[in-house]
Amino acid sequence: MTPNGKPRTLFEKVWNSHLVRAQSDDAPAVLYIDLHLVHEVTSPQAFSMLRERGLTVRRPDQTIGTMDHSTPTTPRNELGVIPVSDAMAARQLDTFTRNCRDFGIPMYALGDEHQGIVHVIGPEKGLTQPGMTVVCGDSHTSTHGAFGALAFGIGTSEVGHVLATQTLLQNRPQTMAVNVNGRLGDGVTAKDIILAVIARIGIGGGTGRVFEYRGDAIRSLNMEGRMTVCNMSIEGGARAGMIAPDDTTFAYIHGREHAPSGADWDAALANWRGLPSDDGAAFDKEITLRADELIPMITYGTNPGMGIPIDATVPAPESENDLNRRIALDKALTYMDLQPGQKLLGKSIDVVFIGSCTNSRITDLRQAAKFIKGRKVADSVRMMVVPGSQQVKRQAESEGLDRVFRDAGAEWREAGCSMCIAMNGDQLEPGQYAVSTSNRNFEGRQGKGGRTFLASPLTAAASAVAGAVTDPRPMLAGLT
Amino acid sequence: MEKVKRIRGSIVAIPVNDIDTDQIIPARFLKVTDKQGLGKAAFCDWRYLEDGETPNPDFVLNKPEYQGASILIAGNNFGCGSSREHAPWALLGAGINAVISTEFADIFRNNALKNGLLPIIVDEDTQQQLFSLADEDPTTTLIADVESQTLTLPDGREIRFPLDGFSKYCLLNGVDQLGYLLALDDVVTAFETSNPQRVMTTA
Repeated sequence: MTPNGKPRTLFEKVWNSHLVRAQSDDAPAVLYIDLHLVHEVTSPQAFSMLRERGLTVRRPDQTIGTMDHSTPTTPRNELGVIPVSDAMAARQLDTFTRNCRDFGIPMYALGDEHQGIVHVIGPEKGLTQPGMTVVCGDSHTSTHGAFGALAFGIGTSEVGHVLATQTLLQNRPQTMAVNVNGRLGDGVTAKDIILAVIARIGIGGGTGRVFEYRGDAIRSLNMEGRMTVCNMSIEGGARAGMIAPDDTTFAYIHGREHAPSGADWDAALANWRGLPSDDGAAFDKEITLRADELIPMITYGTNPGMGIPIDATVPAPESENDLNRRIALDKALTYMDLQPGQKLLGKSIDVVFIGSCTNSRITDLRQAAKFIKGRKVADSVRMMVVPGSQQVKRQAESEGLDRVFRDAGAEWREAGCSMCIAMNGDQLEPGQYAVSTSNRNFEGRQGKGGRTFLASPLTAAASAVAGAVTDPRPMLAGLT
Repeated sequence: MEKVKRIRGSIVAIPVNDIDTDQIIPARFLKVTDKQGLGKAAFCDWRYLEDGETPNPDFVLNKPEYQGASILIAGNNFGCGSSREHAPWALLGAGINAVISTEFADIFRNNALKNGLLPIIVDEDTQQQLFSLADEDPTTTLIADVESQTLTLPDGREIRFPLDGFSKYCLLNGVDQLGYLLALDDVVTAFETSNPQRVMTTA
């Protein structure tokens, strides 16, 4: 609470403790940034700007780089190197290497044992911690909010601002409590929660707001599940989504490379325990979902808000009263080549992609592997499994998960963003349908003309086996 | 950044809700290391046929009567999705200097303002009116004035749009925000002195 006793939200506590200068009528707040993550795609023009103006990076020791977006995920050659065949991507990666070296920023290059998707490596290295401000030139920076950090995506100009000054000009967003109460049923996952939230509020529902996910269904999620939820906050329009840190959070962080240790750990813990929203703290808006009413979710359209329970039918444009929405739905169904009233269950698919900063962590892979074990990917389906980081890849291999996927007929790849953003050659062909564990089903997102159904790793694995959109729940019997 | 005081131009409408940044510029064009030449990639997958080169004659930006339009009127929630600043770079490269919608995604709006691309928020009635105007008369010219925060319609009607004071100052004076932050060096140092470093990436 504040000294005058007014209860505060988690967001307010983090925001207030990072104000270099408060917001005024004349200017936005100046916010201090604890951790800046950089990657090859959204940083080159920012580094060029620094060079043009003769500036240095203020805090290279609070900045970390990794290669992820435009990197291939194809197997290593006989020298242990992952070859980059795309000349433009190679040039971008070289530029990134030079920029990080020249400005003194630690960086994990393609194939390095620590390399991976920026939102996977921050948490796994213990860099992401409660109460911090975290930014990156990537909208899925919201992922790190799972730790009770205020984390959001920024543009390249802002990347330059943070590199040069370690601060950002920001107008204070509003807050929105997203309560998810009750217990999730078997086969219903964090991904289904967030797809249901976005289906409810729409993809602009969180614009100008920061979400705080609350309720016992959120508390019962492990850290990977919480990251999945926070990751897709941006798909609901919110730049950031946060979850109050608790013992689950602390247990995940403890012992990681950059986590505090000894007396520093005790001090940090005392501080972190004060972060959760105070009883009676007011949010600008609030919504509530019942976890026990959820079933696996899947999207049918061309934005992440176009989601339905997996056994439901595709909605009809005529059922939309709002003209703009009706046009949008009609356009989406045309692109997806789906009919109003059609069921997605049983719809044949061509590709299954398990990966991305949403669902490429070890527990995601374990879930999918447990389901796949002893089964075969349908002949008509290409299944790709792309671990989120080299560390996740090694962990999965030590558990034999790679063999499970390979034995079933899936491809086991190197770490990276891969088919989530389709910059690296991993992409859908025009007209193909994919069940994907990624975060965006926009037109062409996974390859020009490709059609994406977003779903959980369990639904993706079940669909890979069946060769068609499939509810994983009936197939869960017998799995322990 | 160049000063942006007043934008006068003809209009073109894409009356589609939730135009995401993957439509404004697909990810495969993000392998660049500069900001140049992205205009040809703007709305690429809508603008060109299968081969990626032949202009799609049905797409509004390719129609002869809309050539030279500099003010884009779009459906609700323009610019949602990724944080790529390549989106405003591509729009500016394609000759678009202002976008009119009922709502903009947060990151896109921030990125646009930092590049002198003016996001103009209007109500739905005005948006619909502008859609009709663009459809009926492609020669329609609008004037957006930053100082008075007004959009002037052909009939002389003036519509006020929101713009925070700081962004307005930066647009009118061609000031980029980095200069403002760099001038706060002492204040940032004081903050760093009184707040322990949270994490050290170089350790």
